[in-house]
Amino acid sequence: MSASNIKKTPLYDLHMELGAKMVEFAGWSMPINYPMGIMGEHHHCRNKAALFDVSHMAQVIVRGENRAKAFEALVPSNIDGLPVGKARYTFFTNDEGGIMDDLIVSNAGDYLFVVVNAAMRDQDIPHMKNNLTGCEVIEITDHALLAIQGPAAESVVAKHAPAAADLKFMETMEVDFLGTTCRISRLGYTGEDGYEISIPQGEATRIAKILLEDENLAPVGLGARDSLRLEAGLCLYGNDIDATTSPVEAQLNWAMQKRRREEGGFPGADRILKELAEGPTRKLVGIQPLGRAPARQGVEVVSMDGTSIGQVTSGGFGPTFEGPVALGYVASEFAAPDTDVQLSVRGKLLPAKIVKTPFVQQNYKR
Amino acid sequence: MSKYFSEDHEWIVVDGDVATVGITEHAAQQLGDIVFVELKEVGDTFDQNDEIGVIESVKAASEIYAPVGGEVVEANDDLTDNPSLLNANPEGDAWLYKIKIADASQLDALMDQDAYQALIA
Repeated sequence: MSASNIKKTPLYDLHMELGAKMVEFAGWSMPINYPMGIMGEHHHCRNKAALFDVSHMAQVIVRGENRAKAFEALVPSNIDGLPVGKARYTFFTNDEGGIMDDLIVSNAGDYLFVVVNAAMRDQDIPHMKNNLTGCEVIEITDHALLAIQGPAAESVVAKHAPAAADLKFMETMEVDFLGTTCRISRLGYTGEDGYEISIPQGEATRIAKILLEDENLAPVGLGARDSLRLEAGLCLYGNDIDATTSPVEAQLNWAMQKRRREEGGFPGADRILKELAEGPTRKLVGIQPLGRAPARQGVEVVSMDGTSIGQVTSGGFGPTFEGPVALGYVASEFAAPDTDVQLSVRGKLLPAKIVKTPFVQQNYKR
Repeated sequence: MSKYFSEDHEWIVVDGDVATVGITEHAAQQLGDIVFVELKEVGDTFDQNDEIGVIESVKAASEIYAPVGGEVVEANDDLTDNPSLLNANPEGDAWLYKIKIADASQLDALMDQDAYQALIA
């Protein structure tokens, strides 16, 4: 992609002002880190609070009388019956039972508020327009999306919007926030308590600057966002889940509620229901390298007797874990926690073990 | 003593037939927070431009290439225990190797300080 058609978020000038190092991500110019650096930013999020610009993600409104029921034709989660003011993690499945994208759906009362990955918007929005029968699908292109994450997130946000303190994990509401109507949702992608706030684009920089006056809040880039989500055991679409991995393989059974498992009626139900009943042949697991060397995406996982059993899908160094951490698929018979395995890193077999995720305790406000 | 630089962002200071080798400030800055260092052992030999180690930052893995051929006479094992030293002082305490140079004429392929500054400018 040439420099001229890389997209900029409404906060681009602020990133420049804050000294961000920018990279191209999914067609957008995004901060990878600020002068604090990835490691410092990671710790800042775990210890205080981080401000992320996630405006590259697509925000979509779905209207229509039967919107919840219609949405269920595309995802294996309960959307019909999701209470007003609640958000839910789910995924679009394809006819082969793979994951087309993962997303958050919120019941905003009069409509569904949907946030999908930036890299998948060109697939997801036509997918919704073509298949949500009787619904109107409107991409919101005039709003920024800011995430405020970390133990101090509540104090940073609630001093400007006291109602935000009363939200619980996976709850959402519209509030007057510094003179502008914003949608505040208590969720995120770091394993920490925090919020995502949808803000009219013209107000986003002003609001971000006011928030940053709080000494507990620092801007944090995509670099630390990746190490934070990895320690929290959260999947990254394109790495850990994709069109070939089923939600059962990805250990996302918790996102497929009982009624949907009983009724089916979502794309790929044949494979998914079969894997739920019989177990998948491979599973996404946490893998802890026992030395210091990180094992990155693509590293082969090998059994103790030398057989290839899978592959690392995300891996790196966990600053809070204080060591290397990874996620990857292994054949199901090797997926139990504490199973010894080996990782083929630069031609050497290094010791590792299967571990439960998250690597770092999640701190959601339930 | 003369200091030379390679295109792979290593520095090398030559004292007689022994050279001290490390990565430049510029390289350390580009890599970001360094979390893992793997070095060869004393007695290992290699040619110029051979891979002689790996440095991993929170972002990515990078190979270290030999600015000259020779033999490892000392490896800085403090770095394997404390990789972040490389961010703190890459052109000082955090050197990687002392190398016995096999062929001093290989130094001719390297840059001086001015040429290296021009490369990274």
